[in-house]
Parts: sequence; structure tokens; C-alpha cells
Amino acid sequence: MAVVKVQLRNPTRTIDVPGPVSIVALLQRLELDRETVLVIRGGTLVPGDAMLDDRDEIEIRPVISGGAA
Amino acid sequence: MKCRVCKEPAVIDIRRHNANFCAEHFLRLCRDQVARAVKDFDMVQPGDRLLVAVSGGKDSLAVWDILRELGYDADGLYVGLGIGGYSDESGRITRAFAEQRGWPLQVIDLREAYGYDVPTAAKVTKRVPCSACGLSKRHLFDQAAVDGGYDAVVTGHNLDDEAAVLFGNTLRWQTDYLARQLPVLPARHGFPRKVKPLVRLGEREMAAYCVLRGIDYIVEECPMAAGNKHLGYKEALNAIEAQSPGSKQAFYFGFLDRAQAHFASAVPTPERIDAADLTTCSSCGAPSSGEICAFCFLVQRTAGAQPVALTVKGSS
Repeated sequence: MAVVKVQLRNPTRTIDVPGPVSIVALLQRLELDRETVLVIRGGTLVPGDAMLDDRDEIEIRPVISGGAA
Repeated sequence: MKCRVCKEPAVIDIRRHNANFCAEHFLRLCRDQVARAVKDFDMVQPGDRLLVAVSGGKDSLAVWDILRELGYDADGLYVGLGIGGYSDESGRITRAFAEQRGWPLQVIDLREAYGYDVPTAAKVTKRVPCSACGLSKRHLFDQAAVDGGYDAVVTGHNLDDEAAVLFGNTLRWQTDYLARQLPVLPARHGFPRKVKPLVRLGEREMAAYCVLRGIDYIVEECPMAAGNKHLGYKEALNAIEAQSPGSKQAFYFGFLDRAQAHFASAVPTPERIDAADLTTCSSCGAPSSGEICAFCFLVQRTAGAQPVALTVKGSS
């Protein structure tokens, strides 16, 4: 099964999410508010309408000071 | 998603502007918003020397970067607070940022220079760590600016920060704080001017700016601040913002446009207190309402105190 590796912060941890999946769907699945996180892949931002595929590795980074993702 | 400016693929959407941007035009937007804040609020005069209060976080590194990009003469000051590994990491990041760019950075370590750190001060004073931290930073930034001949201290407070502070002040009708919640606090009685050039940019924008500029910053926020009221206010405002994009901006700028002056005229702000009410600290020479200033009193109280191990509120 295709999986997307997702790094979360505070505390830092990595989870596997079944793919393919859109950014919007992924954040909904993780119950995260899009306005409070950035999705980062390869050192740059991933827009909300992007699809994540097998072998993608992303970071979901909270932007609120002290916030968690 | 297409960039509103060039129609190329966008990397970020900003819901309160109902717009998407590519990296190039997003970075330009950030610089334009800072330039507009500086101009609208008359923050900086031509030839001013600026001292940026740098913490290693996204906001302070971004504002330093943007001001330099805009051509301002801006140096940095970092205060080592002694908050365990968090301070070690934030100091490393800040030094690396300044060294890579060849920008002047002054570093003050609280324990080396004054014999205490924030966790120890919190224990000795029996107050929350943020109290000793804020007092120390305000004093040291003011003192460094005055001693170094800087015209203004720059802080990285963004729109989310200011809206959250306003929310808290309004919840409790703290009219004295509302009277002086401004993006610029003028110089007065030995205190330097304080300016907040990021008030037109949100927290998400500042994090995005750093990612797109390749700026390494400390993502983890101070462990001693976890669970504080300010964070709760931000979460409440973000819940409102999710339902109604633009609410935070309307709240803060509506206050500045239509309400702040009413509080300022009704409350005797420090700017209106006669200079005769302030004396000079007998220890450090800073303006003070007593014989010694609050910072020197803290230094005296913590003298000889056993350093305490870092305790982290809300840690897992």
C-alpha cells in the first residue's frame, strides 16, 4: 500500500498515512486547521490543492508559537 | 492554485486576502507589507540605526531579514535566557544566521553577565517565568539601544501576537494597556523608541517567509511558555478566523483606527507622565520609578541563588 511519511512537531514524530491523498484531506484526517500549519516538502511549501503520492515525505509545521501539529 | 500576480503555480494561499501567491510574489508581499507598516505608522526616520531584538524564532529573524532587504541599518541583539536546551539551540541558530550574512549581532548571556537565568529567577521571585523573562529582555534591549546609540528597538510582534494581546486586554478591560497598545511607542525619558514592523503580517506568513527564504529558525516555542494565556487567546482567535477570514486584521486595525485614541486620551500613559516622576537607577543608571530599577532589583534578589533545573509546564 502506498504511504506518505508525515513528520509532525511538538513533539517531533513521524507517522505513515495511506496515499495518495490531497493536502486538504490529509489535514482534515489529522484534524489540523490549515491556517495554523505549513506543509513542507523538500525545503519548500506545498500548496493546499497538491496531491501527495507514494514515497512523498513531508513535514507539517505548526506556525502558532507554542502550537502543536 | 495560481499566483494572483503572475498566474504561475502558487505555493501559499492567504485566506484573509482571498489570494494565492508564488514564492517570488509572496516574498515581495511580505516586504511590501513591512514597508507599508513602517511608512503608515512613521516607525523609522531616514538614517535611523535600528536594533532588532532577535530570539532565533521565525518572527525576529524574518523582520531582521526584511528590514535589511529594504535597506535599513539594522543590527541584532540576542539575550541568552538560560532555558536549558531551548536557549542553547536558539542561540546557535541566531549566531549562525548573523554569521552567514555578516550582520552585527550582540549577545548577552544572563547568567554570565548578571548571575541568574530565567528558571532561577522564576523560582526566587515565585512568579511565572515569562515575568522575569520579559523584564530582563525589556531592560537589556533598552539599555543596549541607548548605550549603542540606536534610534529604535525593533521587535518581531506580528498581527497574531498583537491581536491576541488586544483580545486579552479587552477581555479584562485593561484600559492602561489598551491606551498604549500601538505599533510604535515613542522614545521617552531615556527609553528608546519601540517599533513593530510585522503588524500587517500573520504568524503563518512569517513562518512561510522563513521557509521560502531558507531561514533556519527554532520551530519549538519556549517550553516555559507552554499553556500560557496568550496561546489560549491565539487559539480562540484562530477558531474565529477559520469561520470568518480577516477577523483578526479587522479586530486589530479597527482598534487602532477607531478605539485606541479614546483609551489614550482617558488614561495617563507613561508618555504623558511628567519626567519628574522618574529618577535614575542608582545601580545601572536606567530610568526608574524607585531608587533602583526593577531589573537591578531582580539581579539583587537572585544573587547567590542555587541554579534550578528547568521545569517544563505541560511537557509530555
